[in-house]
Amino acid sequence: MARIIVVTSGKGGVGKTTTSAAIAMGLAKKGHKTAVIDFDVGLRNLDLIMGCERRVVYDFVNVINGEASLNQALIRDKHCDLLYILPASQTRDKDSLTQEGVGKILEDLSKDFKYIVCDSPAGIEKGAHLAMYFADDAFVVTNPEVSSVRDSDRMLGLLSSKSRRAEQNEEPIKEYLLLSRYSPDRVKLGEMLSVDDVQEILSLHLLGVIPESKSVLNASNSGTPVILDEKSDAGQAYADIVARYLGEDKPHRFIDEKKGLFGKFFGSK
Amino acid sequence: MSTDFQKTPHAVPALEFKSSSFSVPVLVLSGNDLTAIDHQLQKKIQLAPEFFKNSPIVFDVQDLNKQDLDIDIAELTGILYKAGLLPIGIRGGNELQNNKALELLIPIYSQHHSVSTESLPKEKNKPETQKVPSAEPKTESSTTLITHPVRSGQRIYSTGDLIILAQVSAGAEILAEGNVHVYNTLRGRVLAGVLGNEEARIFCSDLQAELISIAGNYKVSEDLNESIRNKPVQVYLQEHTLIIKDIV
Ligand SMILES: Nc1ncnc2c1ncn2[C@@H]1O[C@H](COP(=O)(O)OP(=O)(O)OP(=O)(O)O)[C@@H](O)[C@H]1O
Ligand SMILES: [Mg+2]
Repeated sequence: MARIIVVTSGKGGVGKTTTSAAIAMGLAKKGHKTAVIDFDVGLRNLDLIMGCERRVVYDFVNVINGEASLNQALIRDKHCDLLYILPASQTRDKDSLTQEGVGKILEDLSKDFKYIVCDSPAGIEKGAHLAMYFADDAFVVTNPEVSSVRDSDRMLGLLSSKSRRAEQNEEPIKEYLLLSRYSPDRVKLGEMLSVDDVQEILSLHLLGVIPESKSVLNASNSGTPVILDEKSDAGQAYADIVARYLGEDKPHRFIDEKKGLFGKFFGSK
Repeated sequence: MSTDFQKTPHAVPALEFKSSSFSVPVLVLSGNDLTAIDHQLQKKIQLAPEFFKNSPIVFDVQDLNKQDLDIDIAELTGILYKAGLLPIGIRGGNELQNNKALELLIPIYSQHHSVSTESLPKEKNKPETQKVPSAEPKTESSTTLITHPVRSGQRIYSTGDLIILAQVSAGAEILAEGNVHVYNTLRGRVLAGVLGNEEARIFCSDLQAELISIAGNYKVSEDLNESIRNKPVQVYLQEHTLIIKDIV
């Protein structure tokens, strides 16, 4: 049986797709057969971030409609044999996804894969609902600002009441906080909420902090998930997150501002 | 006659009268200005719109009659219907008012009928002219215990007391007919005594609420004094005023 992870947020543009690509790659690189599904029908971009946009023949909606088999639609990643991408359709509208159809695909994938990562669209409408409905774990991506935190809170409410696990009275979805686009300097200036502020409002298990980083843009321009850029701070942050999710004990990083040379020499904080 | 009846094929009883008691909110009127009633009713209902939707209601005009204030029963029921309530009785009306109510197919309740005043020990030995509370507590109230966080957009309603062990987020709403206890941070909207129980209290270990209300008397976040924020407090009603105090 696969473990189904939804990457969700409520608010748009906070880093869900970046995160989905990175952790799916991270899990696969750790030796787990992983599929990543783009639920953002009409606005596909997971395939761009994964650098497989030119190999898309069939998509998620084709499979649901029975126009293609899962095997035909799944694209094997060019960097890692254990990673597969199920792209979204650009031409269909959002109503093409049905709960039954999604459930069937996840069930089929579960037989063969260890992890299934669902990249949720923004909002709390149908697409977002279907992305999280069957989840076992939820990665709630939040930016350190009030509106994003509030939307995450709303999404957490839906996870605990409108998911399959909630409806069938099963053990609830495991929820993790991923604080993304974090900038310690701006926190210090009072322009952003701190890790503690966000934790205090959401009271959620912190899986990791991803710093605001140029490497993310570079990675998406080149179509390689940022986790493959092992020298970058964001890449390392995602590697830590995958390791922690798999049970490794890694201290949190990227929370404090970078120490200047002076700070390094004298160990001042 | 009775033997005839026994011979009929319909002797198997198709119905039976049983006695059963219900608890129904009572709207106690203290003024006869219909515009004011309309306005204040809307305001109260906005605090818990879902709860009041299609709720049966008995209206009590005894206080008005004591003050010799008359009220147009037809217009009053119109206001109630408009507010989404379903009037199912009049109480404390004079003969004219009762007749008008019957015309409108609204039954008359005497004070003896009063749905569950019996369950209030305090009321027992008092004369029947005694003013009754604006809404009776349920005969069987049940406590609701919530152990998970109440998130933005979620709503919890308890017919009795409500005890919450986790945080209540901004944008969440918790309501109880009785007391509300939150042993954590309270950031959302909290309403105790929603059926009018003025004895209801609110307790929380960290007050940051967006709105607090007891029996319809409310304060919004802006009205909360800095001195009682971010710490354990209790809230109760005194002379229709919300008192917020440290828990000692
Ligand atoms: N850690 C980061 N540092 C800098 N930029 C980032 C970071 N994470 C994401 N971004 C940028 O933010 C933008 C939105 O990212 P992404 O597409 O992953 O968000 P999303 O939540 O999937 O958006 P949508 O809600 O539209 O699906 C992109 O331009 C991306 O490059
Ligand atoms: Mg996206």
